Amino acid sequence: MSSLFPNKLAGIALVALLSGCHRDQQQPRGQPLGETVPEAANPDTIFPGGAPQPPLDPRAAHYERNAYAIAQGQQLFTWMNCVGCHSHGGGGMGPALMDGKWRYGGRIDQIAASIAQGRPNGMPAWRGKLTSQQIWQLAAYVRSLSGQVRKDAVGARADTMSNTPPQTETIRKPVQPADSAQ
Amino acid sequence: MSTGTLLRDGPDLTGPKLESALNFTWSRPRGLIGWLSSVDHKEIGARYIVTALIFLALAGAMALHMRLQLMLPGNRVMSAELYNTSFTMHGTTMMFLFAVPVMQGVQIYLTPLMVGTRNMAFPRLTAFSYYVYLGGGLFLWTCHFLGFGPDDGWFNYVPLSGPQYGIGKHSDVWAQTVTFTEVAALAVAVALTTTVLKQRAPGMTLARMPLFVWATLVTSLMVIFSMPAVELDSMLLLSDRLVGTQFFNPAEHGDPLLWQHLFWFFGHPEVYIIFLPATGFISEIVTTFSRRSMFAYPIVVLALVATGILAFGLWVHHMFATGLPRVGYSFYTAASIAVSIPTGLQIFCWIATIWQGRPRFEVPFLYIIAFLFTFVIGGLSGVIIAAVPLDLQLHDTYFIVAHFHYVLIGGAVFPLLGAITYWYPKLTGRMMSPVLGKISFWMIFLGFQLAFFPMHISGILGMPRRVYTYPAGMGLELPNMLSTIGAFAVGMAVLLFVLNLIISFGGEEAGDNPWDAASLEWATSSPPPGYNFAHVPAVESRTPLWDNRDHLPVVYGLKVEERELLLTTLVSAASETREPSATPSIWPFISALALGVVFVCSVFSPWAILFGVVPLAIALIAWFWPKKPEPSEEAVIA
Amino acid sequence: MSFSGFQTMLGGDALESSNFLTLFTVFMVVCTVMYLLVVGALLIGLWRSRSDREPLTVESGRHHETAPAFRTALIGWTALTFIGLTALTIASFFTDRSNASVAENPRLTLKITGKQWWWDVEYTTQDASRTIRTANEIHLPVGVPVEVSLQASDVIHSLWIPNLAGKQDLIPGRVTDIQLLPRKIGTYRGQCAEFCGIQHTHMALDVTVESKADFEKWVAAQQRVAFAPTTPLQLAGYRYFTTRECSACHNVTGTPASGTVGPDLTHFASRRSIGAGTLPMNTGNLYGWVADPQSQKPGNHMPTIGLEPNDLHAVVAYLETLK
Repeated sequence: MSSLFPNKLAGIALVALLSGCHRDQQQPRGQPLGETVPEAANPDTIFPGGAPQPPLDPRAAHYERNAYAIAQGQQLFTWMNCVGCHSHGGGGMGPALMDGKWRYGGRIDQIAASIAQGRPNGMPAWRGKLTSQQIWQLAAYVRSLSGQVRKDAVGARADTMSNTPPQTETIRKPVQPADSAQ
Repeated sequence: MSTGTLLRDGPDLTGPKLESALNFTWSRPRGLIGWLSSVDHKEIGARYIVTALIFLALAGAMALHMRLQLMLPGNRVMSAELYNTSFTMHGTTMMFLFAVPVMQGVQIYLTPLMVGTRNMAFPRLTAFSYYVYLGGGLFLWTCHFLGFGPDDGWFNYVPLSGPQYGIGKHSDVWAQTVTFTEVAALAVAVALTTTVLKQRAPGMTLARMPLFVWATLVTSLMVIFSMPAVELDSMLLLSDRLVGTQFFNPAEHGDPLLWQHLFWFFGHPEVYIIFLPATGFISEIVTTFSRRSMFAYPIVVLALVATGILAFGLWVHHMFATGLPRVGYSFYTAASIAVSIPTGLQIFCWIATIWQGRPRFEVPFLYIIAFLFTFVIGGLSGVIIAAVPLDLQLHDTYFIVAHFHYVLIGGAVFPLLGAITYWYPKLTGRMMSPVLGKISFWMIFLGFQLAFFPMHISGILGMPRRVYTYPAGMGLELPNMLSTIGAFAVGMAVLLFVLNLIISFGGEEAGDNPWDAASLEWATSSPPPGYNFAHVPAVESRTPLWDNRDHLPVVYGLKVEERELLLTTLVSAASETREPSATPSIWPFISALALGVVFVCSVFSPWAILFGVVPLAIALIAWFWPKKPEPSEEAVIA
Repeated sequence: MSFSGFQTMLGGDALESSNFLTLFTVFMVVCTVMYLLVVGALLIGLWRSRSDREPLTVESGRHHETAPAFRTALIGWTALTFIGLTALTIASFFTDRSNASVAENPRLTLKITGKQWWWDVEYTTQDASRTIRTANEIHLPVGVPVEVSLQASDVIHSLWIPNLAGKQDLIPGRVTDIQLLPRKIGTYRGQCAEFCGIQHTHMALDVTVESKADFEKWVAAQQRVAFAPTTPLQLAGYRYFTTRECSACHNVTGTPASGTVGPDLTHFASRRSIGAGTLPMNTGNLYGWVADPQSQKPGNHMPTIGLEPNDLHAVVAYLETLK
């Protein structure tokens, strides 16, 4: 029977079942898993000119595997009025977050650093306004907008006006620096 | 005697010779494959019952854990998360994996015996349904142990269970568990309905059917009409969650109340789907132990049918607080109160039967008395909460928790325990120990009252449902402490009951008809052989074994070397035709497996449905592969 | 056991709840009579049939026979239940009408929005500048019909103040309403009655029914902007509150803190409880809450910031000025 069944699908189901614990774990206390967002002084969060990237802290990667973190990030995205500039990821006054182009790096720690430190031309710094955990959650949600996170950890849609395709159907965009895409 | 393949039972072919031939025809292969291939309704029914009892134990243990948490205000036995998962799993397991399947299991086991036929209609479909049901149960509990069991309540209201607020896979698991169990329940309902309508023994007109069979018929029809609503509901939810449809999104002209209407259109009949089979048990047990036929049989039948129909017109009384128009509420109040009239009639008829009879106070009969004492409280509190002004206060409080446990435990589980004790000798050939039976009976009965009566009070004092703790100083300490003590007494009593079930395998030999009952299932040996009846019995009254004490009339002429059933007409049960009955097959199991893979994988990806139907289609083709035409066809039996 | 608590259905402290009390009594009487009839008949039947007077057994072949008296009794029983239930239905209908009559001329309107897991309260008036915003508490003048308009901003909640009235659900995408006519002065407790997620348990509402004069006084106090900090410690707390995490979510009118995500804290210290009824309001609990809300109400949306001790002292000192 199993030979008739597409291996890929069976594999997905098995992995998804077994990794359910990771995905569905709720961490109300926010106890430190990649707790601290990289400091403003740390220039390594941007990797200009194709410099080799240091490996990603697994504690940071946890956030983008976790459904609660992404969902919390989604709520914060609305609550903190990120929508005001970035719209629902499509961009407006601020850059689009649904494409694969990242001026300041597309890894979760790089996005978290951008949120924490702020960026030129209008992106405010959120350090001190949001906790580190909230910034990681926001970063995880931002990653999900361009399809970078696993599909079984995101909600298909929010209970709002529907102006973006379902998140579960978002195609993963390759991460690239914004200038090289021009 | 006939020759060749046309060996038939008859005056010439009877006794041990016939029995050994039939035994061969109706046996299944040995070994694991044989076990999985079985299409014997008795085996499948027993599997259903045992599996459902295991789920009862799991969900019951969960209930005790929750009672421990609620024993004291501000207790920290469980976290909020664990408590929410626990009450969801408790409700979901009890409703979908215990109550409905256990009733259907008993129906699968007993109905063919009671109507005097050799097997169910569509036995492979019945086998298939068991594996689908088992798959649903395993899926739910595996996910729970892996940490993503459902946690939004057994009613799984959107938007809490929707794509935005139902975070993770919890509520997808709920939705697909429902799909599993409802597919199984629908399959069983179809098979049972057909069995009852077409396979009754000659002479068993609709007016001579045992009341349990009537209850089975009504229940199965209710399943067929109500379950598609919740199937649809869970599919809409899954599609909202998986591919972002907008069925329940108010911002895009969807509606969260659509969920509630569809859910309760199923959810209210569900209660009667659990309760009506129990009334069937009661009628059978009351008849046997009062030593007289049921008083006002036509009234009881009409009450069953009326309940089945009225049950579809009440669902809004679960939604009185949602702000629908008040005029509509008045209608549903009247309908909800009206449904207690047929139930009241049934209660009258049982009491009248007992009154005119000579009851023997055996354990099954004790459970019926406990039922009457308990269920009537639940029924009357049901009348109270049917009134809108009262329900708006009592809704979603512990008063409701008390009410539906009185109705479901008092109204369905007590009769079920009585029924298990009553039919245990039919299944095993042994009697259950009456001493242990009486001890566990009294513990369950008194423990139950202690556990659930105080919940009326805590509800009135303002304790809402589904809270993992409550503040001190509101008068809630005493009722909760009593409830916890009572719950543990019930838990111990159920353990004792199960212990009794197990040790009674070596109990006293029962004989064919230990209670001297009147219905056909006692006309064969205990436990019954694979073919149920060597000759199909013929029926001339409602209580055949009492009216034909010496010799039950039979009809002859069914094939011996092939599986064959006698079909009769719908109303008057006149012999109509012979019908081949399916032989054991592994394909129902494999089809259920393939279907299970589709359901499980569709929690994670919509593509599962596309790819998953391929193996399912292959399995179904193998299952329904046409057989060689029968060598000789004969017309209707004269 | 006493039924006179600040959270009971049998309080009869408002029009609807006293209607409830009357109707509930009627139903209880009828149901008790019914129950005694059924159980009495059962007991008599059991006791009677234990004697040997009735030889109706299977062996004598008379198990189908029925005394005609039972048929008469069946008709009588049906008539009795029918009449009883009809009377109850009619009683229910008229009580429902009476409850609905409050809606005709409300003299105070307020808006409650249910959120995970707290209540956002707004007293609306014609003059927008006099609108009051508070959270997790309502004050009502005694004897004044009130119209409460209900909305939910995330999932379904249900407003339930047992002493005053029955439930009304708050459903996203809909506006529902409930009418209250409180009749007794007192403090009551309300509670969310529809399961709404991990902290459904801790979603309570403090209700104060007071005399019209007291109510006016409360309204006047609520319309003031927040007190300015006076001591250096309070000032430090004010600075932290208005520049750091707190102000991202909370509003304190009269200060730069203007978040709209969490409860309005302008008059926070005048409330009876913290965290939607999670903890009684006092200094110790306030420390516990601000230091680690996630241990008091796990899973709620207020993050544990991990304040330094100095900041914690300062923030609590400032919060306590918000009378």
